[in-house]
Amino acid sequence: MSFIAKPKVSHPGLPRNALGLTLRDYEGGMSTLCAGCGHDSITAALVQAAFELSIPPHRMAKLSGIGCSSKTPAYFASASHGFNSVHGRMASVATGANAANGQLHYIGVSGDGDTLSIGLGQFCHAVRRNLNMLYVLENNGVYGLTKGQFSASADVGSKAKKGEVNQQPPIDPCQLALSIGCTFVARSFSGDKDQLVPLLKAGLSHRGFAMVDVISPCVTFNDHEGSTKSYDFTRKHFHAAIYADYVPPATEIRSRQAAGSVREVTMHDGSRLLLHKVGADYDPSDRVAAFEYLSRRQSEGQVVTGLLFIDEGKPDMHEVQNLATEPLNTMGYANLNPGQKALDAIQARFR
Amino acid sequence: MQPTDISNPQYFHKVVDCQWGCPAHTDVPGYIRLIAQGRYTDAYMLNRQANVFPGILGRVCDRPCEPVCRRARVEKEPVAICRLKRVASDLREDVAALLPKAPRRKNGKRVALIGAGPASLTVANDLLPMGYEVVIYEALAVPGGLMRSNIPSFRLPAEVLDEEIGMIVGMGADLRLGTPVKSMKALLAEGYDAVFVGSGAPKGKNLKLPGRDEAAANIHIGIAWLESVAFGHVERIGERVLIIGVGNTAMDCCRTSLRLGAKNVKVMARKPREFFKASAWELQDAEEETVEIVVNHSPKSFVMEKGRLTGMIFEKMEYEIDARGRITAEKIAGEEFFPCDDVVLAIGQENAFPWVERDLGIEFDKWDVPVVDQVTYQGTRPGVFFGGDSAFGPKNIIWAVEHGHQAAISIHKYCHGEDIARRMPYGMNLATSKMGMHEWSYSNAYDPVERRVMPHVSLKERFKKLNLEVELGFTAEQFTREVERCLNCDIQTVFTAKLCIECDACVDICPTRCLTITTNGPEDELRQRLSAPANNLSQDLYVSTGLPQTGRVMVKDEDLCVHCSLCAERCPTGAWDMQKFTLKVPYAADEAAESVPQTRTGT
Ligand SMILES: Cc1ncc(C[n+]2csc(CCOP(=O)(O)OP(=O)(O)O)c2C)c(N)n1
Ligand code: SF4
Ligand code: SF4
Ligand code: SF4
Repeated sequence: MSFIAKPKVSHPGLPRNALGLTLRDYEGGMSTLCAGCGHDSITAALVQAAFELSIPPHRMAKLSGIGCSSKTPAYFASASHGFNSVHGRMASVATGANAANGQLHYIGVSGDGDTLSIGLGQFCHAVRRNLNMLYVLENNGVYGLTKGQFSASADVGSKAKKGEVNQQPPIDPCQLALSIGCTFVARSFSGDKDQLVPLLKAGLSHRGFAMVDVISPCVTFNDHEGSTKSYDFTRKHFHAAIYADYVPPATEIRSRQAAGSVREVTMHDGSRLLLHKVGADYDPSDRVAAFEYLSRRQSEGQVVTGLLFIDEGKPDMHEVQNLATEPLNTMGYANLNPGQKALDAIQARFR
Repeated sequence: MQPTDISNPQYFHKVVDCQWGCPAHTDVPGYIRLIAQGRYTDAYMLNRQANVFPGILGRVCDRPCEPVCRRARVEKEPVAICRLKRVASDLREDVAALLPKAPRRKNGKRVALIGAGPASLTVANDLLPMGYEVVIYEALAVPGGLMRSNIPSFRLPAEVLDEEIGMIVGMGADLRLGTPVKSMKALLAEGYDAVFVGSGAPKGKNLKLPGRDEAAANIHIGIAWLESVAFGHVERIGERVLIIGVGNTAMDCCRTSLRLGAKNVKVMARKPREFFKASAWELQDAEEETVEIVVNHSPKSFVMEKGRLTGMIFEKMEYEIDARGRITAEKIAGEEFFPCDDVVLAIGQENAFPWVERDLGIEFDKWDVPVVDQVTYQGTRPGVFFGGDSAFGPKNIIWAVEHGHQAAISIHKYCHGEDIARRMPYGMNLATSKMGMHEWSYSNAYDPVERRVMPHVSLKERFKKLNLEVELGFTAEQFTREVERCLNCDIQTVFTAKLCIECDACVDICPTRCLTITTNGPEDELRQRLSAPANNLSQDLYVSTGLPQTGRVMVKDEDLCVHCSLCAERCPTGAWDMQKFTLKVPYAADEAAESVPQTRTGT
């Protein structure tokens, strides 16, 4: 971490987005994470994504649990809403918040410990409900904040800093998400913003639960030789299944890539996701094939990244539950509390 | 792009924009930091190494450093560099013990310097401590050259001049006042080992228009007139004065007129304001003192009535200016009469060498300017050197100082039979400025404060006395804020590629988005791909070798770095480090030290 605050001075030629804001308007407080932590790069990517999408900062809600990863919402979009909840409980808090106001951009930030151990049930139910949110899993294979114990995403054979070798098989959040019906599954690497930023943008624009698992090296406890979540290891075993370009609705310019290698997905808001295939033919709309592909590559020791699965057709929680589209806080007291007479009438129905 | 060669001192020198912009390469951030630490005497002495006259230049330097100051690119206003120089000079303690001394044993070489202006004095400053005998010939009764005769004392008090000139002459120069050199031939015959001509550009240009000769009594040539005022020969001027010309001399003339009793002073400019030669601050000071600047008026004739000057006729000019700001056409759109009692001509200066015989092997070009080598400052006759305005026409004091330093090197080499063209290259020193985990040896926090405004004597008081200094100097509150505006450009961001793990931490933290990790490419294309496009082509890109993990490169755009050290604080591996850069500018004494160990001639 640094002890001097990032000064408000900025490049006079910094580009502005549709709202007239610069990237710097999407920044947050000074990070207290270790210098070089992958989580900080993800923060920077979120700043970039929100800036590029011209999301008004006050229309964003950031939620998290406990862990180094869960501290990061404090480091972006100071002007947005935020809730730092209990270890593993972020998904539930997000569900409640979303039910009360479905009109914000929900960004959940969690760790592999936070999500895959104590918060596993919470996570699964948010997926199952197709909660409309971007869920960023900052995956470093360890519990960073509690000094580097193996997490549930640590690979068998992975070495801890002190030398012990992990014996427990990992949970792959992407395979888990696919298996329980997640409508947007992606994986990326904090050290590759070219891939990460468009994925985050697509996730933010996806209607439904968008999970982005981001390999995010812990420089302090998990960036040594023998670790399978280090910068060096991830760079060597990185396998991009698909590269995505996110094209918001305003821009109607076609991608410059050769048409043959581009697949287009139309998002619910009318914008498009252009998928560039690299290597093998990959169909991100086929859940079974995606699952199979991931398992096969995983057994070959590859870290598959890119947009792995997307389904824009499923209704989200609001639609399924027929929840009010209007935020509760704008409904007015009379609507929220129709009075004794109305209550009596409802109760009468159950007598 | 090729990886940047940071072993070449000129690369980092260029990053220190002010030092690079200063003709004498004064270590600006170095002395500003010393002021910030309250070490005024040290700041003065550091300053004096390069620019010899910190007190004088802290008031009247033309400040080529300020427009190039990095702060002016980050915000609008540069650091008040010149004013801070004056702070060091005003607050320093007695420096007598710290000044260089001339050795008692001389080296047997005698050098003649012509004119006791900044160029000659700098030569003396550099050569006296080396054991040279230095004879300075000065036509006037006081030393200082144009610094004394042409800069009004309300801008530059005589005491400041006396003190700093005294520091040099006091080393034992043989200063011969009131002794103009009338014949170069005669001087050469005296057998000096070398001669340096630093006699300035002492002749103001005339304006030959109808009525000029008839009205001569009320038409004055700027620099001669200023000299007369400086020495008390002129004490009055008419109520209405027209100044012709808009250079800095014109500004001194109009402000002097006001102090000699003029009530209505107009500066007449032929062209629009963007073509003026005067420094912005001098124009501003003149206008503050109610001088009116009239643009687009070209002088046509002097008007006389009953044998007395009554005014001037000007042609009203109209210009067509293209998108690049150049005049493409001009036209006369009528005439206008301006009444006046006196006219001061400030339209430029010329060298005057009636005292140099033309059969000495000293060549002059078609403008009667001596032919001088740009590096060695030697004329076409070996052993005769030129510097300051006499060499290259009117520039400014700090250029004259730099010429003096360079000429001193040449003179030393010449006197010792060395090749004067073979000169020591610049050197540098780089040392980490990291003191602890999060501690740096300099104040790295960015202070958004705006440039402080120099306090002036009130307009009412100002005109009461001719030599009342107008600028009061910064207050303590002001300079303690102003020093924090300096961006410490001499603390360089130095990158070690093999340590980088490409975690992006530095890229993300940089407040001005100077850093990018990307694939290499040709410069013009790379410039557009950076975190923020690098459109300022006058600023370099610092490109690393291939990074260990991906082979990409780290690119730094030197344009807007605020030297905040955040990249180095954030870097988990220490691949970025903030290192103090010290430019080693060779002076005559360094050249001498360098040539001492040559005891063996080698076979
Ligand atoms: C209920 C509860 N149990 C345990 C803890 C202790 N704890 C704090 S952070 C953490 C793990 C965080 O790991 P992860 O989510 O992977 O985040 P990282 O720090 O690695 O980014 C644990 C177990 C806690 N704060 N609360
Ligand atoms: S302990 Fe690890 S996860 Fe936590 S801030 Fe440090 S590097 Fe990041
Ligand atoms: S010192 Fe580093 S972080 Fe600060 S502006 Fe310069 S490059 Fe950016
Ligand atoms: S912070 Fe250091 S290691 Fe990380 S990318 Fe920058 S220079 Fe490389």
